[in-house]
Amino acid sequence: MSEPLLSVKDLSVTFTQGGRTITAVDHISFDIAKGETLALVGESGSGKSVSALSILKLLPYPPASHPNGSIVFEGKDLLQCSEQQLRGVRGNDITIIFQEPMTSLNPLHTISHQVMEVLKLHKGMGDKAAQTRTLELFKEVGIRDPEKRLDAYPHQLSGGQRQRVMIAMALANEPKLLIADEPTTALDVTVQAQILELLAKLKQEKGMSMLFITHDLGIVRKIADRVCVMTQGRIVEHGPTAEIFANPQHPYTKKLLAAEPKGRPPVPDPKAETVMSGDDIKVWFPIRQGFFRRVVDYVKAVDGIDVQVRAGQTLGVVGESGSGKTTLGLALARMISSKGRIDFAGQEIDQLSYSQMRPLRRELQIVFQDPFGSLSPRMSVAEIIEEGLKIHEPKLTIDERDQHVVDVLNEVGLDPSTRFRYPHEFSGGQRQRIAIARAMVLNPRFVMLDEPTSALDMSVQAQVVDLLRRLQEKHNLAYLFISHDLKVVRALANDVIVMRNGKVVEHGPSRQIFENPETDYTRALISAAFHMETAKEGVVSQ
Amino acid sequence: MTVADAIAKPTKRPLVSPLNQRRWANFKANRRGYWSLWIFLVLFILSMFAEFIANDRPVLASYKGEILFPTVVDYPEEKFGGFLAITDYRDPVIQDEINSNGWMIWPPIRYSYRTPNNEIPQAAPAKPSWMYTKEERCQRYPQGVNDANCTLGNWNWLGTDDQTRDVLARVIYGFRISVLFGLLLTIGSAVIGVSAGAVQGYFGGWTDLIFQRFIEIWSAMPMLYLLMIIAAILPPGFFILLGIMLLFSWVAFVGVVRAEFLRARNFEYVNAARALGVPNATIIVRHLLPNAMVATLTFLPFILNSSITTLTSLDYLGFGLPPGSASLGELLKQGQGNLNAPWLGLTGFAVMAVMLSLLIFIGEATRDAFDPRKTFK
Repeated sequence: MSEPLLSVKDLSVTFTQGGRTITAVDHISFDIAKGETLALVGESGSGKSVSALSILKLLPYPPASHPNGSIVFEGKDLLQCSEQQLRGVRGNDITIIFQEPMTSLNPLHTISHQVMEVLKLHKGMGDKAAQTRTLELFKEVGIRDPEKRLDAYPHQLSGGQRQRVMIAMALANEPKLLIADEPTTALDVTVQAQILELLAKLKQEKGMSMLFITHDLGIVRKIADRVCVMTQGRIVEHGPTAEIFANPQHPYTKKLLAAEPKGRPPVPDPKAETVMSGDDIKVWFPIRQGFFRRVVDYVKAVDGIDVQVRAGQTLGVVGESGSGKTTLGLALARMISSKGRIDFAGQEIDQLSYSQMRPLRRELQIVFQDPFGSLSPRMSVAEIIEEGLKIHEPKLTIDERDQHVVDVLNEVGLDPSTRFRYPHEFSGGQRQRIAIARAMVLNPRFVMLDEPTSALDMSVQAQVVDLLRRLQEKHNLAYLFISHDLKVVRALANDVIVMRNGKVVEHGPSRQIFENPETDYTRALISAAFHMETAKEGVVSQ
Repeated sequence: MTVADAIAKPTKRPLVSPLNQRRWANFKANRRGYWSLWIFLVLFILSMFAEFIANDRPVLASYKGEILFPTVVDYPEEKFGGFLAITDYRDPVIQDEINSNGWMIWPPIRYSYRTPNNEIPQAAPAKPSWMYTKEERCQRYPQGVNDANCTLGNWNWLGTDDQTRDVLARVIYGFRISVLFGLLLTIGSAVIGVSAGAVQGYFGGWTDLIFQRFIEIWSAMPMLYLLMIIAAILPPGFFILLGIMLLFSWVAFVGVVRAEFLRARNFEYVNAARALGVPNATIIVRHLLPNAMVATLTFLPFILNSSITTLTSLDYLGFGLPPGSASLGELLKQGQGNLNAPWLGLTGFAVMAVMLSLLIFIGEATRDAFDPRKTFK
């Protein structure tokens, strides 16, 4: 093999704060050859993003520092370069795509302006030339109607399109190395498949090298030539992708490979009692225009949907983002106003006020998507869990309440002695367990799970799915499971609703949906989730 | 469980949350602010006991076997053979009477903020005592240099004002009243402003809209003119002044608190609390208020400063505290009126400058403490 494009040798990264030194990356080495894709795989906190950011010295220095190691790019050690030399490399020879396309674009500038800025800065292009080149780039990254989109602002684009703009920006200067830091984690599975395909195609055409950072082994298998598996700041295993997947050596790699959500949902039982049912549910948001704010039209987020959730059973609601699945869940839980009859536990609840709903809230619980956002950072775990108990069982003594908290923590698999800590001391998976414990401590009959796994690492997703299934069996719970990830839905749901633009596209037992999908849309969702393959243009949104 | 396992497991809840421990560490790391806090606290606590530091009565006295507390209790003069309703302990006759039948302990400065010094060596305002020779200083006392009252305790360390009152005593009392006024005004406006902002931000919609318009009109009123008009009708006093200024100063907090609430009311943990059936009032206090507290606390020292400045300027203009009260504004005005007595203006300036600077430094350190991105090497 010839001289590698980038060679990282013996690199360490430490963070010093308040006298404590934390080693985030511990003596790692890897090479990337020309035209090669290397994947860095690991759970969150394993140091993969920090390694990637240190290549361009984008970490906050101090507290970050590199006690040892070298990063040689085309014969230059980037760690020894001056800030000025680095600026010549950044955005020019090496570019980065970040995870969150919403926050990495400036909301105050049009997208073409932002791409043109890169061109003017590094290539010294004039306005005209830059505009022409931007249009070319937009065509290249597959933005539909690029001429019309030039003057769009980031908020006018979907997540997938924003990520395409980011890619256009990264490609503007024809970099030799593209660093992709979890570029698809924030996206739907269908869009993820499209972006991965685009990246692979562009890499092929331009002969770039790519450093791909992810926690999802499915993506690695699809896109990478070689893999480095990272855990706790160290590379524990590396080699060609096929070899690693066929014959993993390190126990950690084996664990990662075994971490796909498994198991089967409960057997459908049509005789089971219906806990929650909705009849012709509609959530229309009015569009107001003009001086008198007249209602000119509606955004039909949920447009006439019937649902039934039975005790001990799970109804999965799937669809791409913007299809109205979370809105449906929130409407059923009476968190937003809706039209249509909702029955819960034999009682009609769609006309009840906030305070009339309060006694029912105990039996109707919600677990939210983001375990980092759904736990108050200023309350200890015990306080978070007992908040519901204080309202619904005010007669409990302090000791009894504490006992409930300990019991439920044991049940969700957390050490009860950690209950006086604060959420920030826990990992994502542990936090989601706390959120589940908060719902479970009230002994609900119905739980709405709003993408409870999509903010979590692959390996943790499987554990949370197992936990949810165990709790369902034990307490005969009814779940409404909302997700865009069909892998997880298949493992949990026995009935599935496929939603698109607020309407039901397909509805039936999950086995039937997964084995004999009737619509192109469902087929596209399935192939994106299981094989990361894209569908024909127009079947799913960009 | 990697990180969580590494930390030793506490079984009890820590007294101060880790977040607040970090904030305190950040506060301490700003050395200037940290020292300012201590100096200010010492000065403030000392000024709280102003009656025991600068007073025209003894702190403790023994008279015919009875222990007396003249600073706390008003004894009629007939107790010591005089005729006034309230004893004038500076009167040599009373002093002799008490000393021959017991003893008395004077505070270090034998003047209160309103005590005239009748023994000043020249026409008021008199220079600081250390600028005179002993003979000059004692010339007005009945027994001259040998008079028992021509002591260190009767010095005017910073001179007297044009009404022969001791400047140092007035500064001590003036500091206290300024800080207390500032604190009360700040706390009062914080309570009103935060509640109003919280309600507006949490409920949003029409509540927010109507309140915002009201605040716009309200804050457009010229406060100084209103104060002058009201001062002409109502007798000026500490609490009336406080009330009038409170009417307008709470508006400062509304904007920042409202913004925090508007941002935070859609946080997922607030939705989670709604889903648990938590009442609105509890959500506001337990889940949302802590978010707004950071902005409010950062704001607080600066509001405190501006309250003090406003009081001083009103005093200076003559619309402030009733005549005769210890006020720094009045001292500054006297400094302006008596340019031949620079100690008045200089003292007023120095006290204001030190007090406001200390508070600003504390405010800066508070801002550092609540800055989540602040890191120290």
